[in-house]
Amino acid sequence: MSTGNAVGGEPPLYRPPVSLTWWLRNPSYLLFVLRELSCVFIAWFVVYLLMLVYAVSSGRAAYQEFLDLSANPLVVILNVIALAFVVLHAVTWFGLAPKAMVLRLGALRVPPTVILAAHYGAWLVVSAIVAWVILR
Amino acid sequence: MTTKRSPEPFVWLLFSSGGMVTALLVPVLLFLFGVAFPLGLLPAPDHAYLASVVSHPITLLVLFGLCVLALFHWAHRFRYTLYDGLQLKKYSVPITIFCYGGAVVGSIIAAIVLLRAL
Repeated sequence: MSTGNAVGGEPPLYRPPVSLTWWLRNPSYLLFVLRELSCVFIAWFVVYLLMLVYAVSSGRAAYQEFLDLSANPLVVILNVIALAFVVLHAVTWFGLAPKAMVLRLGALRVPPTVILAAHYGAWLVVSAIVAWVILR
Repeated sequence: MTTKRSPEPFVWLLFSSGGMVTALLVPVLLFLFGVAFPLGLLPAPDHAYLASVVSHPITLLVLFGLCVLALFHWAHRFRYTLYDGLQLKKYSVPITIFCYGGAVVGSIIAAIVLLRAL
């Protein structure tokens, strides 16, 4: 995510050229790039969500058109791929949380596994509430 | 001499909040509306019920927050993906304008669509 340069002016250093396919050299580089690409599918989700809201607020017929569109095989394939990327985002995001957050209770540091478990617990609770609201 | 403040911490905060909100909310929503309902794994909610959920002010507030933060999360991450993945750092000005400008425009569209549902 971060780049080496300070803001304002390139340092006069020699920078060996990096090939465009550097991320194919190593599985962990590939995972990094896939994780970063998850943002494209998050943007697609925002578009899809707004299409749904627009259709629902336009009336019954428009909602049925949205349901028909969402059942189009190409849209289903796109959404299955998007779901895989979004889950990759969630898992890697929660995986980083114990490293990014250092919580202390008095002199004791909250163990990283507890922070990780709390995030997964929150994910479960939020998902259950959303599913309950939508499905009744 | 004046100190030039970098906007980086602010956009990083938006990126980070967006990452958390999308990780919590998007998988279940995308599973239900993108996979489970279209494939018939679960029955899709009927229009009258879904319209009552969607027009509720709390739903709209949550969805607006989700849309805005998700778009700024996209903007920040996509900007660095173009810098690092495709080695496009030299075009940083148009990339920055495209990414954050896209997030601003998307947020305005989201506000219009959601207010219409109220």
